[in-house]
Amino acid sequence: MKVAWWTGCVAKGGAPELYMSMKAVGAKIGLELEELVDAACTGAGVLSERNPELADTLCARTFAMAEKMGLPLMNICSTCQGVMSAANYRIQNDPEYRAKINGNLASEGLSYNGNVDPKHFMWMLVEDFGLDKLAPMVQKPLEGLTFAPFYGCYILRPTWQLGTDHNPHREHYLEDIIEILKGNSIDYRGKTKCCGFPILTMNRKNSLKMVATHTGEALGEGADAMVTPCPLCHLNLESGQPDAKKMRDNNDTRELPILHLSQLVGMAMGISPADLGMNRHFISTKGIQAKVRA
Amino acid sequence: MSNTLDLTFKVRRFDPDSGAPTHWDDFPVKIPDHYTILDTLIDIREYHDSTLALRCSCRSAICGSCNMTVNGMARLACKTKVIDVVTRSNKNIVTIEPAGNMPVIKDLIVDQAMFWERIRAVDPTITHEGMPKPEREYLAPNSAMLDLTGAMNCILCGACVSACTVLEIEEPKAFLGPAALAKAYRFVGDPRDSAHKERLEKLSKKSGIWDCTHCFMCVEVCPKGVAPMERILQLRDKAMAAGFQDNNGSRHSNSFAKSVKHSGRLNETQLLVESLGYFNIPDQIKFGPTGLRALKANKMPPILHKKIPSAKKVEHYFEKLDGLGKH
Repeated sequence: MKVAWWTGCVAKGGAPELYMSMKAVGAKIGLELEELVDAACTGAGVLSERNPELADTLCARTFAMAEKMGLPLMNICSTCQGVMSAANYRIQNDPEYRAKINGNLASEGLSYNGNVDPKHFMWMLVEDFGLDKLAPMVQKPLEGLTFAPFYGCYILRPTWQLGTDHNPHREHYLEDIIEILKGNSIDYRGKTKCCGFPILTMNRKNSLKMVATHTGEALGEGADAMVTPCPLCHLNLESGQPDAKKMRDNNDTRELPILHLSQLVGMAMGISPADLGMNRHFISTKGIQAKVRA
Repeated sequence: MSNTLDLTFKVRRFDPDSGAPTHWDDFPVKIPDHYTILDTLIDIREYHDSTLALRCSCRSAICGSCNMTVNGMARLACKTKVIDVVTRSNKNIVTIEPAGNMPVIKDLIVDQAMFWERIRAVDPTITHEGMPKPEREYLAPNSAMLDLTGAMNCILCGACVSACTVLEIEEPKAFLGPAALAKAYRFVGDPRDSAHKERLEKLSKKSGIWDCTHCFMCVEVCPKGVAPMERILQLRDKAMAAGFQDNNGSRHSNSFAKSVKHSGRLNETQLLVESLGYFNIPDQIKFGPTGLRALKANKMPPILHKKIPSAKKVEHYFEKLDGLGKH
């Protein structure tokens, strides 16, 4: 299976292990990744709040590129996914708006016909690649490990723009994937809440309190690590914990490793920790690696 | 012909007079599949436990009384069909809790004082002060009113406030919250109101528009399509266009746009520094340890930020389309 791959900015910046692990997993499971090196940032919701037409034009530009290549478009960032899904929703449901956006793209000789369905790796793994195909590839079952799935916001809401109405199971794909890889998952209130990243510089105290609450709950339920499809959630939940752990109500000062979905899949596929960037974490993943190796 | 649903309603109970702590009561119910959550709760009160306390009135999703938490989500009980809830969850247990973020008075009844305080805090009446007096009524163009219909649909049920992920964790709760900010937009977007600047200045301060974390929870739960978060984003745009930019939110927005405009991608290091303000040394210092840990973990974004090959073309889109106040 071959896809047009949009990496997003963070996989090329603050979370290089996401880029590495996705490449390694792609090679291992036979998911051919054609990287869209010339696509632009989606604006992460920030550009669309100051100028929706500009942000939608940049997304449509990426859609047009994938359409031209004749390949499905794949994301590895929930925030990119949410912004793209919302842009696509507006463009596909309003022919006049699409014409306007295409008018903007004409300067580059691009045009978007509305035939792209951008999908996060998490969705693609379940809906297109297939978990039944993934199951026999498991070399190192994640038995004895307990994971806290953390979805974040952009890949879930609003449900009518994220396709949940047609695919209600999207709300538990993380649990489904963890199960196929033979790991355990916990249920806790924070799994669909905000990680606090967007207000990191606007209200750091609230941002850290979100980190404290969700990681604290997950530790309380016995999680060995958290796993997320969003690199922004990853960054905040990981980098915030050294300060946030002091804000927990129950005085639990342990630190919970935060893994990318591609790292989770990669571990079970038997890919080496080095190739998955498991050493590129603020919070050590050695404890998890040891349990997988055993 | 309707089918019967055989379910358990798990209801969170609290009675201050009993001295007992909060607990869960399970009610086995057999209900027709057209029943709403409210129909079921009224049945429970009629036939199982007459002490169950809840608020409801119109049963038609217009009075806004029956906001509560259904399977963890803020919902109007009268507008939510039981079958939709169990189809979604794929479980035959439905959990019912009082609305979040507000103190519980009894069972499913909460004290809404914090909700009304916030609505009052945004001065929710139109002011014409300083405007020339028209011969007859103050007029507004259709386009302006059309834009406001979303915000004006609010029935003040509080679902958005009870689902707000900022209010959930903030202690003490200071954020103005989604309902009040959507209400504020209703006046900032109304051409007949003369206090736009004053309102935007006030809303740009701490605990206002820039404290929203963009989680879409209020958009998801609003039973009337008000989409409060979208209104907050419109307020941000209007506040920046009106010149209220001396805050981290505006600096963040400007730095983000600058970075994508010039390189096609986000420059994370520059974004952090510019959001805080170059000369905001105390806050820069707070992020120092994070930077050091990033270096240690080999996760520091590259010092030399690389442009995408077609960065010039992306810049062209910005030149053509960027600008504030276009919402």
